[in-house]
Amino acid sequence: MLRFVLRRLMLLVPVMFGLTVMMFIIARLLPGDPVGLAAGPNATQAEIAAYARDFGLDQPVWVQYGRYLWGLLHGDLGVSIFSRRPVLADLIAYLPATMELVFAAMALAVGLGIPAGLAAAVWRNRWPDYASRVAALAAISMPRFFLGLLLQLTFAMWLFWLPLGGRFPIILEPPPTVTGFLTLDALFAGDWEAFVTACRHLALPAIAMCLSPLATIMRMMRASTIEVLQQDYVMTARALGLPPRLIVFKYVAKNAVSATLTVIGLYFGWLLGGTVLVETVFDWPGIGLYATSAIVSQDFMPVIGVALVIGLMFMLVNLLVDVLYGVINPKVRYT
Amino acid sequence: MTDITESARSYAMRRGWFRFRQSGLSMLGAALVLAVLVIAVIGPWIAPFPEHIAGGVDTANRFRSPSMAHPFGTNELGQDVLSLVLAGTRVSVLAGLGVVLIGTIGGTLVGAVAGFVGGWADEMLMRLADLKLVVPGLILAMAVAAALGPGLMNMVIAIALSWWPGYARLVRGEVIARKEEVYVTAARAMGATPARVLFRHVLPNIVSPIVVKMSLDMGFAILTVASLGFIGIGVRPPTPEWGTLLSVSRSYMPDFWWTAVFPGLAMFTAIFGFNLLGDGLRDVLDPKARR
Repeated sequence: MLRFVLRRLMLLVPVMFGLTVMMFIIARLLPGDPVGLAAGPNATQAEIAAYARDFGLDQPVWVQYGRYLWGLLHGDLGVSIFSRRPVLADLIAYLPATMELVFAAMALAVGLGIPAGLAAAVWRNRWPDYASRVAALAAISMPRFFLGLLLQLTFAMWLFWLPLGGRFPIILEPPPTVTGFLTLDALFAGDWEAFVTACRHLALPAIAMCLSPLATIMRMMRASTIEVLQQDYVMTARALGLPPRLIVFKYVAKNAVSATLTVIGLYFGWLLGGTVLVETVFDWPGIGLYATSAIVSQDFMPVIGVALVIGLMFMLVNLLVDVLYGVINPKVRYT
Repeated sequence: MTDITESARSYAMRRGWFRFRQSGLSMLGAALVLAVLVIAVIGPWIAPFPEHIAGGVDTANRFRSPSMAHPFGTNELGQDVLSLVLAGTRVSVLAGLGVVLIGTIGGTLVGAVAGFVGGWADEMLMRLADLKLVVPGLILAMAVAAALGPGLMNMVIAIALSWWPGYARLVRGEVIARKEEVYVTAARAMGATPARVLFRHVLPNIVSPIVVKMSLDMGFAILTVASLGFIGIGVRPPTPEWGTLLSVSRSYMPDFWWTAVFPGLAMFTAIFGFNLLGDGLRDVLDPKARR
């Protein structure tokens, strides 16, 4: 088990290396004039050159890349050419907001998707199943940013039930930082009001994000439940006269969930990348919004940083999923 | 002998078509896709205000709510939203097709070579494809699109660059599975070159999973195109594109909701249609996924 985890952690190194190479190729070899953009429209040629020198952008690409790798080994992810702030500090500041959103969306998706998939499988080929199939396809077809906009329009602009965007009102004092998740921090501080405020801000973006993973998890859960329902031991349990409810909840659900777990892991990375759109709609101050503003201004150090962080999180979560497999299904052996 | 295989094939097709027709959802998907394709072709001609598509403005009629003259209302420049949405269909469909075609061709070539040749070529190509699994496609596409600059073609290239690995994986798996079949050995024994074996014997047999993936991907490609437009690094106005239209309208919410809701609905309808069709095709063409 430990060897398996260590081996997987070792695999992180070449993947991260490949990622930096790929992002550097995009950043440096494609046309585009980040320095000119950053220096502003009125900058003279000399000013632009000075700007480029400040950031080492006048050096050949491989020198820049070497410097970047050297910095990376020392925990330095470079400096944004726009804000002149270190990328690592920005990432640390913005990452918790994104993680909170992703976890909230994932909790909704798993919490609703697994029971819904189970129900669709149990009532297979009857109306709940058809309804869930149409709903799942519709959910996957719904652009997240459009759904976000509709939610804003309905719940924030017409009904005034929930805030339009942002993470916490500026006029209020946020709870002291422990985890960086405002909802958890508010609970730790025992500040019920702050918890409710944080949840109210979290609700719409999390709903806009969760729909597509919810649909996929539901379909996966349906398929794996149907497979499990056809196994011999289910037939035995039925023949023994066990009540259907007991069979489904005690014997089928657990085995069906383990197959669905992989999708959950894969979706995690997808959600991390997908926050870009939802964060833009809801002005959610996470790494997605950070990446978008950096990309629009062709400020590539933050973009590479975001790509690295997302890649790292993705691989760690998938490692966690593989370990969880063993917990749910003891037959799985790690080699 | 040709006769027998021909009739078997047409029998399979007839059966498939029958199964496809049985499903109301698949037929709805096919109808939606057909409508979208027809509008993509004739959209600019049936638009009630063709001058607005080219960027013409009508400042006297800004923000008119939906009415008989303007069923979808008018936007901040007084342009007819219906005309823009109709014209935007062509942009989205073309971009989606471009992404899927480039992705399919590139991915199929890479996957076929990786699966057929094996060894270090396989290792190299597939590790390259694996990278895509780690970086979210949208971020990669955004970065490339931003570096290449705005424009439809650049956007298609940017998205296609993050699109091919899915096809490469699929084709590689299928090629490896087919490579050991008896008909491949037979073709080899008759002295066929590796290229001929690959293109004449192996690839034609794995067309259906590729087609299923293409139709399922079409909706997703349209979605990605719109996403880039929404973020502001896709097609620039005055070219009407659904995502861009939606992004511009955001500032005029909630009073002028129609400027955003109708382009969004068009987007949803098109994507939904392609997803329904793809799902139906998969049921027919891919017996493994059938339940």
